[in-house]
Amino acid sequence: MLENIKEFASEFFVTGDPLIYGADVSIALVTIAIVAGLTYFKKWKWLWRNWLTTVDHKKIGIMYILAAIIMMFRGGVDALMMRTQLAIPNFEFLHPEHYNQVFTTHGVVMILFMAMPFMFGLFNVVVPLQIGARDVAFPFLNSLSFWLFFLGAMLFNLSFVIGGSPDAGWLSYPPLSELQFNPGPGQNFYIWGIQISGIGSLATGINFLVTIIKMRAPGMTMMKMPMFTWSVFATCVIIIFAFPILTVTLALLFLDRFGGGHFFTLDGGGNPMMYINLIWMWGHPEVYIVILPAFGIFSEIVSVFSRKKLFGYTSMVFAMMIIAFVSFFTWAHHFFTMGSGADVNAFFAISTMLIAIPTGVKIFNWLFTMYRGRIRFDLPMLWTVAFIPAFIVGGMTGVLLAVAPADFQYHNSYFLIAHFHQVLIGGVVFGYFAGMYYWWPKMFGFKLNETLGRWSFWFWNIGFYVCFMPQYLLGLMGMTRRVSTFDWDTGWGPLNVVSTVGAYLMGIAFVFQAIQIAYSFKYREKDTTGDIWDAHTLEWTIPSPAPEYNFAITPVVDSRDPLWVEKQRRAAGKLPKKDAKPKYEPIHMPSNSGIPIVFSTFFFIAGFGFTFHWVWMAVLGLAGVLACMVVRSMNDDEGFYIPAEEVEKTEASLRGTL
Amino acid sequence: MSKKPGSRLMKWVVLIVTVLSLALTVWALFAGTGNYFVLNPKGPIAEGQRDLIVISTILTAIVIVPTTIIAFIIVWRYRDKPGRKAKYDPDFSHNNLLETIWWGIPIVVIFILAVVTVRYTYALEPSVALKSEKEPVTIQVVSLDWKWVFFNPEENIATVNSVTIPEDTPIRFELTSDAPMNSFWVPQLAGQIYTMSGMAMTLYMQADHPGTYFGSGANFSGEHFADMRFDVNAVSDADYRAWVDKVKSESKPMTMETYQSLAIPGTADKQSFSSFPDNLFQQLVTKYLPGGLADNSNRATHTTPQTEINEKESEQGQSDMGTDTKSNNEHDGLGTDTQEGSNN
Repeated sequence: MLENIKEFASEFFVTGDPLIYGADVSIALVTIAIVAGLTYFKKWKWLWRNWLTTVDHKKIGIMYILAAIIMMFRGGVDALMMRTQLAIPNFEFLHPEHYNQVFTTHGVVMILFMAMPFMFGLFNVVVPLQIGARDVAFPFLNSLSFWLFFLGAMLFNLSFVIGGSPDAGWLSYPPLSELQFNPGPGQNFYIWGIQISGIGSLATGINFLVTIIKMRAPGMTMMKMPMFTWSVFATCVIIIFAFPILTVTLALLFLDRFGGGHFFTLDGGGNPMMYINLIWMWGHPEVYIVILPAFGIFSEIVSVFSRKKLFGYTSMVFAMMIIAFVSFFTWAHHFFTMGSGADVNAFFAISTMLIAIPTGVKIFNWLFTMYRGRIRFDLPMLWTVAFIPAFIVGGMTGVLLAVAPADFQYHNSYFLIAHFHQVLIGGVVFGYFAGMYYWWPKMFGFKLNETLGRWSFWFWNIGFYVCFMPQYLLGLMGMTRRVSTFDWDTGWGPLNVVSTVGAYLMGIAFVFQAIQIAYSFKYREKDTTGDIWDAHTLEWTIPSPAPEYNFAITPVVDSRDPLWVEKQRRAAGKLPKKDAKPKYEPIHMPSNSGIPIVFSTFFFIAGFGFTFHWVWMAVLGLAGVLACMVVRSMNDDEGFYIPAEEVEKTEASLRGTL
Repeated sequence: MSKKPGSRLMKWVVLIVTVLSLALTVWALFAGTGNYFVLNPKGPIAEGQRDLIVISTILTAIVIVPTTIIAFIIVWRYRDKPGRKAKYDPDFSHNNLLETIWWGIPIVVIFILAVVTVRYTYALEPSVALKSEKEPVTIQVVSLDWKWVFFNPEENIATVNSVTIPEDTPIRFELTSDAPMNSFWVPQLAGQIYTMSGMAMTLYMQADHPGTYFGSGANFSGEHFADMRFDVNAVSDADYRAWVDKVKSESKPMTMETYQSLAIPGTADKQSFSSFPDNLFQQLVTKYLPGGLADNSNRATHTTPQTEINEKESEQGQSDMGTDTKSNNEHDGLGTDTQEGSNN
């Protein structure tokens, strides 16, 4: 009996690596500390009522961003481990098998569990406020999306200590990811972690598309929407078409692994090339899913901090929709070298290059928004300005990679690694940071410390170029991606040292940001204006942080920059100094619900069961999921009303003057 | 912490970190071998690809360089400062002429680049035979976990992790895989192509000069992927004949059993074989078809290569071949198990 348990435990838990034991201990300690802390301060009820069961888009947004920052830490530690391993030729810091797990996890975590939730967090915080809505179209679904994402991410991360991490690359190409070559549970964690969070992503896409179409304030026509909202609209369209492909692809891979299918296996008529096509039909649009909202953020910030209207609004909208459309016709550029022949390669080379045209137009429009402006360099604007050269170079190398015959030399090399990190960090991460700094006061009612933010900014930027510029050269020297080590005779050593130094500079920058957030919480100065940046759009017309009902009175919009126009009119004396006392009405609010977190936990249990082929557990989990659906369908809770007097009281206390 | 943002300390630290990083980069540029394989081609295909890389870089630079300069000027000129004289025009948000220009310029540049790309895509298509007076030499390549096997059907010899070819002669590589897919890349001779099980790919290349060229697997294929390096030795016709004769007379033959032990996951040294089983490459390509090597109903007649994998066997596989990769993988053109022709 004891022997059995021992044997089970040695397979169930990841063993044999002191790094992992260290991590086990710290995970256990942190968990104990959190549980003890919540119990000691009697915060369980508060946590459950205010956060875990909330359907308030602002709180869900904050939870998304918090999760994203934690995941950025995890993915960042992975990155530093890889860069340490590659700093010296033939270094034996990580065993090859461990290295393969680390780069796989780094990729999955950074794209799916860092960039995506960071993006959804900003959607949640900003979109309803920007269009003058009281919440998203489906608040319950929104909460469900978050918990599906979160528990999917946790399932994936569990592989670190239980069962073993996936090690077939972030897109898990078969046949390597098939049972034949990858029998362990790691790959199952990959499939179920992404499947569960993917359902959440798809639901969020639907939710926000409906919100934007149906819930805009009166007067806000499509062509009067703020640019960030437009970018969310474009992104949601891509999500709705792309994510089902991911779900189907991973489901087929699961059937191969679990049910003895032969979709992508070598034998039985399977074809791995099918998987590679399918995964990139999702994977390439996915890149635009994460970059378009960053474009939207830059558009907002560049106009506010240049004290100008956004240049070329119509061009911007068309550019974004063109990118969203063309993004579905470029997937094969990820495997020009798979032998599709010249016709196919020529088509996909051109379709990929076409993306450069609208992207270039956007850059010019941002530049001319700054032209004849008055540029203030607060943190959001600093990140925006830093984005432009980073993205110009990243975009240029993107066009170079699109040149199909030349790609035969770039493909799978560090040139490619440098390119996509340059656009994903210089574009996506810089963009989300800019957005976080910009909307932080709206989320929490105070600004993040400027000095610490600048320290972090400079370390990020120097580290970014020091890390990735040498990698372009390493690619031209023949260094391929995913090598766990290399010999002295390759001559790749010195540039790898430089790249590693850059990675650590970015690590320092992240530490500064963590300190910045903690410091700013401690020494916060409450923003009483609600419009801390002198901004243009509706979210800044209400107090910071926004009250739970967002807008006491639904605003009416007649321009693209409603707040700016209002301020101008006020300054010109065309509006009365003080508004007439508004007439408040009761506001209808959705009730909190515990179903989303329970539903997602059951999904997690099902995923865990499938991962270890414990059918009883999978069935139990799926039964729980079904039960939650039934309970929800029987639920006739219509929400509640906040009485007009209470709205009035809240508004008076938040605005002081009113 | 209460100091103004952008304090003097910060300026100094930023300056010092930047200068040190630049110095380190400059050191690294001179400390390495500085061999940019992709930019230093030794064959017609790689030369074409290098030319295309240069052309496309220049074309994109035509847009990128002025844009970057304009960006710096605008950000500098219009930054908010007390007493700034630069024009401030908050409503300047639309201009048909300007917007037409910056829709137009990228369209023109991308159009030119697209034309160039399409021409080169057909010209450099890897499966199209190279123009040459000489008959192409066919080499069959199989990627295994984690080694490369080369069959030379004309001479009936085989090698592992090293291939010798005559210079100035088109080489027709036929490629497949008997393991997770990989990618065959010799940057100085030609761009890469994937090796995939159950199908044969074609890649032409030619070495214009004798020499030993760096080759590697470029698509991740599992644990010891990093060890999948190989040498391409291009030698004169006379040396090529001498090398073939030497392998024929000095190496052992490759039997089906030898191949099967090679196919077991693990790393391997450079090896050469005086012969290999008839049509082995074709058998590997058709392995998964009915009646192929992997067909269960066929097991009685064929000895099936090992496909079940576990850690133990993998280690065994390594020790079977007496492998000590790290010390033996010196890329000096010398084989380790069997003395290959040296072509430096």
